[in-house]
This record gives sequence, structure tokens and C-alpha cells, in this order.
Amino acid sequence: MEKRIRVLVAKPGLDGHDRGAKVVARALRDAGFEVIYTGLRQTPEQIAEAALQEDVNVVAMSILSGAHPHLFPKIVNLVREKGLTDALIIGGGVIPEGDIPALKAAGVSEVFTPGTPTSAIVAFIKENVK
Amino acid sequence: MPKAVHKMDIAQELLNGSRLALSRAITAIENEYDEATDIMKKLYPHTGNAFVLGITGPPGAGKSTLTDKLAKEYRKRGKTVGIVAIDPTSPFSGGAILGDRIRMNALTLDEGVFIRSMGTRGSLGGLSQKTADAVKAMDAFGKDIIFVETVGVGQSEVDIVKAADTTMVVLIPGMGDDIQAIKAGILEIGDVFAINKADHEGADKLNVELNMMLDLDSNMKDWRPPIQKVVANKGEGIIELIATIEEHYAHIKENGQLTQKRTERIKNEMLDILHSGIGSYITKNIVESGQLDEYVKQVKNREIDPYSVVHGIMNRMLKEQI
Repeated sequence: MEKRIRVLVAKPGLDGHDRGAKVVARALRDAGFEVIYTGLRQTPEQIAEAALQEDVNVVAMSILSGAHPHLFPKIVNLVREKGLTDALIIGGGVIPEGDIPALKAAGVSEVFTPGTPTSAIVAFIKENVK
Repeated sequence: MPKAVHKMDIAQELLNGSRLALSRAITAIENEYDEATDIMKKLYPHTGNAFVLGITGPPGAGKSTLTDKLAKEYRKRGKTVGIVAIDPTSPFSGGAILGDRIRMNALTLDEGVFIRSMGTRGSLGGLSQKTADAVKAMDAFGKDIIFVETVGVGQSEVDIVKAADTTMVVLIPGMGDDIQAIKAGILEIGDVFAINKADHEGADKLNVELNMMLDLDSNMKDWRPPIQKVVANKGEGIIELIATIEEHYAHIKENGQLTQKRTERIKNEMLDILHSGIGSYITKNIVESGQLDEYVKQVKNREIDPYSVVHGIMNRMLKEQI
């Protein structure tokens, strides 16, 4: 048996900056995960469909544009609708503390803000992935 | 992490057209879940219909971009498409960045296309060990054409020929002089050659060199691999390239080579299954049981020689009926 944790690193929305997403992708790779990177400017539908086709254990969304209150819950719903009921969904980026409770209520398991060490993300995934 | 417990009948739902089931089937295959063999048994009768196109070439040659463009053109022609895209697994961490999808985003929402990224997971020939079964799952799902995109290869990763009906080698200008073209390896396996980035300097020179190499090929029988210049990111030369691919496919169908290739593939796959079955029997019964260590002690003391030990083990295995 050769199980690997598969993570979709996704950039929803219109911001064109993915340095953070790439740093996270690299850290997850070094932690032994298979990381599928979607590239920039993905719609929620594209992200959910990619998650389905890749049968990922984790969807990690990165957003810097401020559109997270709208896009994150939408992606959670679409991913669940596709039947990926136990995929862990996490988010990161420039996200005000005050927005986090609502995102968690919408089904985002954890939100990582600037300054988070990548090891914290790796540890969270290892502990929470089903 | 285990998620081997599935409530759905994966094989049946896959055959009914569930994309989630196809995805879960490939996961089961890749992770060698217990149910993978049962899934494959049920799918097998429904395989053998798809055309499998192998796409190989050095890193950065534009394999993914070209795959994206070819897939779009095939979709226009009403064909359904499966894509298995392979990227390297780190030999150090076991992790991987699978980035082929980045070039194929426009295909994601097309219901006639299914893309799956796979890490090599220790396999060295440019494919993952489970590629062939992933292709079969897509074949049983009903895909008309399945692209298998290898990792960026160097010179000798040629496993793709065994997995594909038609193998396309993608090259780009500026990668070396003409001696590179007469070396053994991936240049020997192309049924079709694509010179990508043909708008870059050196494309004509590469075309000449490739032609020379092909002219010198004394093994060539009745097919001379065509060379097509393309500029994948601009979509130039795609229709002409598909024409050469289709021509090759028609050619091998007509002269019986396709049947021969597929027969050979079945034979190789059966041998692989047999080897891995015997291998796991040995691991379980000889290694993990501690028997091997006992023998090693005896051999070390020169009480017995290794050849007789192995002969004895094999005799017992054959009698035991695995």
C-alpha cells in the first residue's frame, strides 16, 4: 500500500500573485505530499472539478484579493456537491481576523494568515486529513 | 489517512458514467488498495476500445501545452478525451508537484475531458507503475482517446512505447548538436515527431538533423516517422500534427501492428502481475516470517549454499499452491 496525501493548491479569483501559494506548494512537496497546482485565476467551478478529477484529500485555497468571503464558501459547497465529502478544505492569504469565524462556519477547516510557518500547515494537514 | 472504505460500487458506478467513481478507481489503483484488483477485474471486459497516444520529450518541450491543444482539437471533432499526466516524485521526500494541469485549465470544465495527474512514485521509465491501469479505467469509462503524458525525459526513459498505441516525441530547438540525434533512446521510439517552439531559432536545423537521423535508420520498415513543426502556445501546426497521428494509427491498424502491440502489452502486463504476485508471496512468507534471516545465518556459516536454499524455497512454493 502506497498512500500519499494529495493536495490541490488553488488560486481562486483575480489576484495575479502566487508566490505564497508556490511557497506552500513547495513545503507540502517536501513534507511528502503530492501537490497539484492549478495555476492562477481559477473559478470555483474549475477548482471543484479539478479536486474531483484528482481525488484530493485536501483543497488548499490561497487568495489575496479580498474576495474570500464570497469565493471560499462557494468552493466548499461545490466540492461537497461533487461528492468529496471528506476532503479537508483550508484557506490562506491576506484575510482579516474578523472574517475567519464566518469562513470556518462555512466549512473552511482552518485559515492561515501571513506569517504562518509552513510547518504549521503541514502539521495541520497531517492531523486532520481523513 | 486511509480512506479505503468506500460505500459505492466503484466499478459499477464508473461504468454508469460517474466521474467521482473514475477518480476513486484511479486512487484505489495508485494506492494499491485491496479493492483495486476487484475493480480492475470488473472493468477489464470494457477496455480495449480507446486509442492511446503517448506524448514524451524533454522537460520544458511543451508536452502539456501541446496535449491541451490536441485535446481541444479532438473535442471539436466530437471525441471524448482522457489525459494521464505524469510528473516526477521526489526521491527524497516522496512528495511531488504535479503541475501539468496549469496548461490545461480551459479543459477542466469540459465534461468530455478527464485529466488525472500522477507522480512517478519511484518508477524510472518516465511513467508511473500504475499508469497502464489508470489508462484502462479511463478506457472502460468510455474515453475515445487517452493521452499519456510522460515526465520530462532525458535520453533513455522509453516505457511509454509499451503503454501507447502511437508515441509522439516532442522536441525543441537548441538542445544539442547532431550527435545527440544519433544516440540511442527516446529518438528511436517516435512514431511521430513534433518540433515545438518552431518559431524559435534552430527549428530548421533540428528538422534537418532529425531527418538525417531517420534516413540512417536501417530498422525502419514500412513507416517513416513524420516530423511536424508546431508552435503549441499559438496553436500553429496542430491540425497537421493530428493528421500525422491519425495516419500512423490508421497505418498500424491496417498492417496488424496494432493488434501485435496490444497482444505484446497483455503479455507484459500478465508477466508483471505474475512477478508482483510472486514477489509479495516471497515478502510475506519468506522475508517477514524471518525464514530468510535463518537461511542467511546458515549460509554465512557455510553450512549450506544460497543456491540450494533458493531451490528448496521454490520447490516448497510450487507445492503449496499460492
